[in-house]
Amino acid sequence: MSAVIFFIAAIGAIAGATGVVFIRDPFFSVLSLVGHLLCLAALFLLLRAEFVAAVQVVVYAGAVMVLYVFVVAYVGGEEASLSERLRGSGTVGQGLRAGAVVVGVALLIELMIALLGTGLKAIHTKGAPYVPGPHAYGTPAYIGTLLLTRFLLAFEIASFLLLIAAVGAVVLAGRMHDHPDRAQAQVRA
Amino acid sequence: MNISWYLPVSAIVFSLGVAGVIARRNPLVVLLCLELMLNGGNLALVAFARMWGNGDGQILALVVMTVAACEVAIGLGMIVALYRQKIPVDVDELRELQG
Repeated sequence: MSAVIFFIAAIGAIAGATGVVFIRDPFFSVLSLVGHLLCLAALFLLLRAEFVAAVQVVVYAGAVMVLYVFVVAYVGGEEASLSERLRGSGTVGQGLRAGAVVVGVALLIELMIALLGTGLKAIHTKGAPYVPGPHAYGTPAYIGTLLLTRFLLAFEIASFLLLIAAVGAVVLAGRMHDHPDRAQAQVRA
Repeated sequence: MNISWYLPVSAIVFSLGVAGVIARRNPLVVLLCLELMLNGGNLALVAFARMWGNGDGQILALVVMTVAACEVAIGLGMIVALYRQKIPVDVDELRELQG
């Protein structure tokens, strides 16, 4: 049963990742990434990481992807004409695309040699024994205990990092009041 | 299921992300491909955590998600700022990003 779920979720995750890279329209790339994240959450559930799977669905596939969809709707309109114009001129884009395929395939082969060739025998197990219960491995209680005891410093640094990122995003994307076309912005508003 | 099956999936997702970061020109899609790379790493971390049976890898995966959320906030803020300044939203056009 778990093998069936694993293969469905793994194929879904890889298909979603392929869609992100190859779909031309950024909006459908975002939707493809949402599918990828949901399949990845299923894989996390199979690995008994229940809290991480829940965070993945709620925060990542929910909040972060909504942010992406908003920005794609705000910015994405001009992309097609611009890319067509660029495709007509210059070979930099084509060279980069060929280079990307070469780099990706080389990296995949290297990782596969590293995984399948050497390390795989050591991890060819079903994992550590798992005992169900309210404080079992991967539950919110377990993760919360770890975060507030052993990884308290990482927890605090992560919260501080989120604060800095929120302030930085407001500073970057907020309206600048000394900007030259302030009058134009006011007219639009 | 053996833990070893999860690692090729994570390697494939990571490689796709690398190829996308190099090939795509829209910075929005470049950010999406960065997310793919982080997710490939996350899957490997959670798989290794399951193998050892302790939660360190899961905590590290949560921290990676936090960093990814910060990166999205800053990156999308920069893209919106570029769009407001009427600069083309295309990484090939952003070679001289000064001032």
